[in-house]
Amino acid sequence: MIDMKFVRKKYTTGKIEFEALKGIDLTVGKNEFISVMGPSGSGKSTLMNIMGCLDIPSSGEYLLEGINVRTLSANQLAEVRNQKVGFVFQSFNLLPYATAFENVEIPLLFAGVKARQRRDRVMNLLAQVGLAEKVGNKPTEMSGGEMQRVAIARALANKPNLILADEPTGNLDSKSGGEIINIFRQLWQEGHTIIIITHDQNVAKQTLRTIRLKDGTIDNNGNGSAPL
Amino acid sequence: MKPSIVISVFLRDFRKQKKRMTLTILAIAWGTISIMLLLAFGEGLKTQMFRNQRGLGEDIVILWGGQTTIPFQGLGRGRRIRFTEEDVDYLKMKMPELKNVGGEYTRWGVTIRYGEKVFSEHLAGVYPCFEEIRTHYPQAGGRFINDLDMQEKRRVVFLGDKIKEKLFGPEDAVGKQVLINSVPFTVIGVMIEKLQMSMYSGPDEQKAVIPATTFAALFGHRYLNLMIYQPKDPEATKALEKRVFEVMGARHKFDPKDKQALYVWDVAENAKELKNIMFGLQLFLGLIGGMSLLIAGVGVANIMYVSIKERTREIGIKMAIGAKRRYILSQFLIEALTITFAGGSLGMSLSYILTEGFKRIPIESDVLSFMGRPTVSLDIGIIVILVLGLLGFLSGIFPAMRAASVNPVDSLRYE
Ligand SMILES: Nc1ncnc2c1ncn2[C@@H]1O[C@H](COP(=O)(O)OP(=O)(O)O)[C@@H](O)[C@H]1O
Ligand SMILES: [Mg+2]
Repeated sequence: MIDMKFVRKKYTTGKIEFEALKGIDLTVGKNEFISVMGPSGSGKSTLMNIMGCLDIPSSGEYLLEGINVRTLSANQLAEVRNQKVGFVFQSFNLLPYATAFENVEIPLLFAGVKARQRRDRVMNLLAQVGLAEKVGNKPTEMSGGEMQRVAIARALANKPNLILADEPTGNLDSKSGGEIINIFRQLWQEGHTIIIITHDQNVAKQTLRTIRLKDGTIDNNGNGSAPL
Repeated sequence: MKPSIVISVFLRDFRKQKKRMTLTILAIAWGTISIMLLLAFGEGLKTQMFRNQRGLGEDIVILWGGQTTIPFQGLGRGRRIRFTEEDVDYLKMKMPELKNVGGEYTRWGVTIRYGEKVFSEHLAGVYPCFEEIRTHYPQAGGRFINDLDMQEKRRVVFLGDKIKEKLFGPEDAVGKQVLINSVPFTVIGVMIEKLQMSMYSGPDEQKAVIPATTFAALFGHRYLNLMIYQPKDPEATKALEKRVFEVMGARHKFDPKDKQALYVWDVAENAKELKNIMFGLQLFLGLIGGMSLLIAGVGVANIMYVSIKERTREIGIKMAIGAKRRYILSQFLIEALTITFAGGSLGMSLSYILTEGFKRIPIESDVLSFMGRPTVSLDIGIIVILVLGLLGFLSGIFPAMRAASVNPVDSLRYE
């Protein structure tokens, strides 16, 4: 699924260069359930952006489903993000002026899915995350947990294999956070590959393995579990 | 993207930037009104100018005899060239490229009497072709001088509409007798009222005209005051001028290169020049109008930049879920075009209402007969729509390009 060989990521702000990832080697197989932990600023989000093809490594190679990301054009990267990856963010990142239905529909619009199929798919997805009655609600008319469920439905729209979640429960109370994690568990059982960034030890415990990041490198000496 | 989402995004932006958006739309409307009204004004002026010019006649050339300045075949300079009726026939015979050739005798201070009314007027002896080439069209119930009048030197007279008014008032003139220098003439027709800005011896509405042959017999004139010809091809006047000098030069023995031997007034060429001048004027007016539209366009671009800045995060989200650059680009382009056309259609409707309103005002002033009435033609509408489209595109494309180059990672990082 994911194959990283000595991936580095350098950010340049003005004249200051900062290396957020300092050589990451990582392999993720099909249908894994992984948590990523590490202190703030250790490069977790940067790693996830690279995994999701939102960004490309400064050096090193990243292969997603066997495809070297470096060989893809901007349009092809957009297609990969649309088809192969689903993002879930801490702050939900829903379009504020659009209803739950419209938010879930957008990736399908980008994919050029026909109106009828789009409708069916959106309704199914919203039912799957338990929001069948909230299709017409805008983000301001929903709770945090509901918004995050809309975001998960949106991430699933084009049936991607890989779901990337960056601190998905960070803005939620423990009850709705637990519900969200349950949804991820269920998706994993249905065959998706799931990678969750989290600060919560209880969330990490539920995953198959945990990757610990520290200062842009994978910390193997800590009490993190070794790759399967 | 679903149109309903595009619309709701636009409306949300509108609500957020209500004041700025309204001002921009009004600025576009104002720019559109100014460009449309200026062009409409130019159009009215142009139409009126051509109508006025047509009063003299279209595609015609007027010739006067001059004086030689180059010695020719043993003859000295300073010889006067004068035309006779034979010259008219000669030119017509020698130059089949000409559709019509005619000549005119003139005499001022001729007394014309009808009943108790006596006036001292301008009388011309003309050819039947003047009906067409000098636009002496008769009102209903009358006719112009014809070939038979010429052959038989009939004592018939065709009156300008103003002189008819003076002599007859509202009374019907056709068939009545008038005395011209005490000689009885029958009125055969009255000229249809026409606008005439170009003229060589007073407006036609003030003239009485009789057959050239009758004129020569009555007054003993030997020489025509002028000749007029009309080529079959209206574009050919310039080229034919040289040929006319050759033909007339051979007959009157002057050097065809002697420009002073004949005075030429190429009315057709003048019309062409007028056309160019009017085009230049239209262009100038259009540019002035376009200027205020351009400023409004800067306003649109500005509003787009602000809107994009505020929606950087939204752009990042869309990119994260698979939006291609060209989608982001077209979204903002459509928004810029929507603003432009919202203002544009407002401005166009207002301009149309204004010019239509102007048409309704029934003032027949001298100013209007010179300036014409502002007219919104289809051409103007098309030009304005094209300009608006270009403006919307230009004011949208640069902000949209900036939007499409937003880095999704950066835009999502700031919570
Ligand atoms: N776009 C960027 N430009 C400059 N520096 C960045 C950028 N993104 C992240 N960084 C820096 O890289 C480091 C890692 O960031 P990030 O991956 O967001 O960490 P985490 O998600 O683990 O908190 C941080 O020090 C951050 O300041
Ligand atoms: Mg982070």
